[in-house]
Amino acid sequence: MSARAFDAVTLVPGAASGPILRLDEPLSFWGGLDSATGTIIDRLHPQRGASVAGRMLMMPGGRGSSSGSATLAEALRLGKGPAAILMLERDAIVVVGAMVAAELYGLACPVALADGREWEALAAAARLAVRACLGGATISIE
Amino acid sequence: MFLDFSPFDRELVEGVHGAGAAFAMRLLARFAEAVDARSFIDIEAAHVDGCLYHGRASLDFVERMIDLGGKVRVPTTLNVGSVDLIHPELFRGTEEHAENGTRLMRAHVELGCARTFTCAPYQSAWRPRFGAQIAWGESNAIAFANSVIGARTNRYGDFIDLCCAMTGRAPAYGLHLTENRAARALVEIASIPDDWDLERLAVAVGHTIGRRCGGLIPAIVGLPSAMNEDDLKALGAAAASSGAVALFHAVGLTPEAPDLETACGRLAPELRLRLTAEDLREAARSLSSVADGARLSAVSLGTPHFSIDQFARLMPLLDGEPPLIDIFVNCSRATLDEVRRRGWEEPLKAARVTLVADTCVYVSALMRADVGTVMTNSGKCAYYAPGNLGVEVAYGSLAECVASARAGMVLRL
Repeated sequence: MSARAFDAVTLVPGAASGPILRLDEPLSFWGGLDSATGTIIDRLHPQRGASVAGRMLMMPGGRGSSSGSATLAEALRLGKGPAAILMLERDAIVVVGAMVAAELYGLACPVALADGREWEALAAAARLAVRACLGGATISIE
Repeated sequence: MFLDFSPFDRELVEGVHGAGAAFAMRLLARFAEAVDARSFIDIEAAHVDGCLYHGRASLDFVERMIDLGGKVRVPTTLNVGSVDLIHPELFRGTEEHAENGTRLMRAHVELGCARTFTCAPYQSAWRPRFGAQIAWGESNAIAFANSVIGARTNRYGDFIDLCCAMTGRAPAYGLHLTENRAARALVEIASIPDDWDLERLAVAVGHTIGRRCGGLIPAIVGLPSAMNEDDLKALGAAAASSGAVALFHAVGLTPEAPDLETACGRLAPELRLRLTAEDLREAARSLSSVADGARLSAVSLGTPHFSIDQFARLMPLLDGEPPLIDIFVNCSRATLDEVRRRGWEEPLKAARVTLVADTCVYVSALMRADVGTVMTNSGKCAYYAPGNLGVEVAYGSLAECVASARAGMVLRL
């Protein structure tokens, strides 16, 4: 079990674990994610066709239209959203989408801010777990 | 991170001003943490971009606000919806989409928002004043409010614009603060194609700065002083489509840029761009996905919504042979009223013009599904229509659009 754990900052609280999906390039949820299936549909994205559903989504930063919050909330509502989102930069679009899904549907998709020095170690893991509380978050390699 | 709540903010969170406002303030507090703001400011007005239907979650959110007894606390205008409530017969999408779209528009009105349904609230009686702190959604409106009026808003979007409206508060960060409004990119217009009108110049400049300035606020030097508000509207809309521009300074034209030094706040620019006539021609060309002479299915004008001045320029262009194809003109219901008052509706109809209010053809299912190539005078429409509607697009000046409608093919003047 959890051999290594890392401190992180909570942006949206919750607990989740699962296999990781690391984005090679930023993704705009609006126009880039099909909320009905959780599939990346941005024609120019290198991971087009991959599914974010149930994944620990590692995305360093956000991108694109503010309509991305509604797309993320809708994907979470339909059970096609990520299990959790790990970031290196604060992104309001992501935070709002996850918050709204939590408030409206009681669906927790924790969002945590990781430390850049630990990003590669996290990305090398097959599975991660995150516990994000109001006081702080822990990301562990399963 | 600690948020510095004012006594009023605390009352909002604690539900003193109602459960709807408390819900909105909780969300706003989390948003403030995410953007690294430490406190909140009062806003005078809000513009909500939430009534375009793209999924159940948006409707659930607004209906939750209604269930909690929420009402907006500041004058709040609404952006375009999915349906033209004045001409519902124009809608060609599914019945379910029309129903949900209509419900979403009406739900916002129930919260106390004004039935403006326009992406150009700055062309209405709701126009903010210079220096006003506001929370606006809709990228072109944000660019116009910050740049042309000198009001202050960040790029608010989904859910958060409504939360600001429900609380009358916005996080104190970004473009609300004077120190963040200085230009960091210098864009020099070195030469201009001599056969161009100002609107085309505005679109080409806007499209280019959106693509090349990244997150930096541009100061543009060398725009002709004859540029009017509709030109600056087109510039901002193009820049906010190809990029994330929320504020530009047009030196000598916009209120926070009487001269370059003021626009830059005495900071040296991080980026310098020099645009020549050839760069601008290339930018305008890149907005068309078809060659000159291509057959057209329709012309779309009014992205952002057509102003009454633009109608006044369109009317004489329509004199003569009627067009072979339909011309759609998007405008607000308030502008539509003015068009009727001036007796222009009948002549427009006679010239194959379909007036669209409350929505916009590029975000809604209004044109026939088999539509092939659409011509527009809008950089924004040219940028988004291929993805949103699956159509080919040709960009041209207003006069070229009308001449092309008459010929049924893309003509250059």
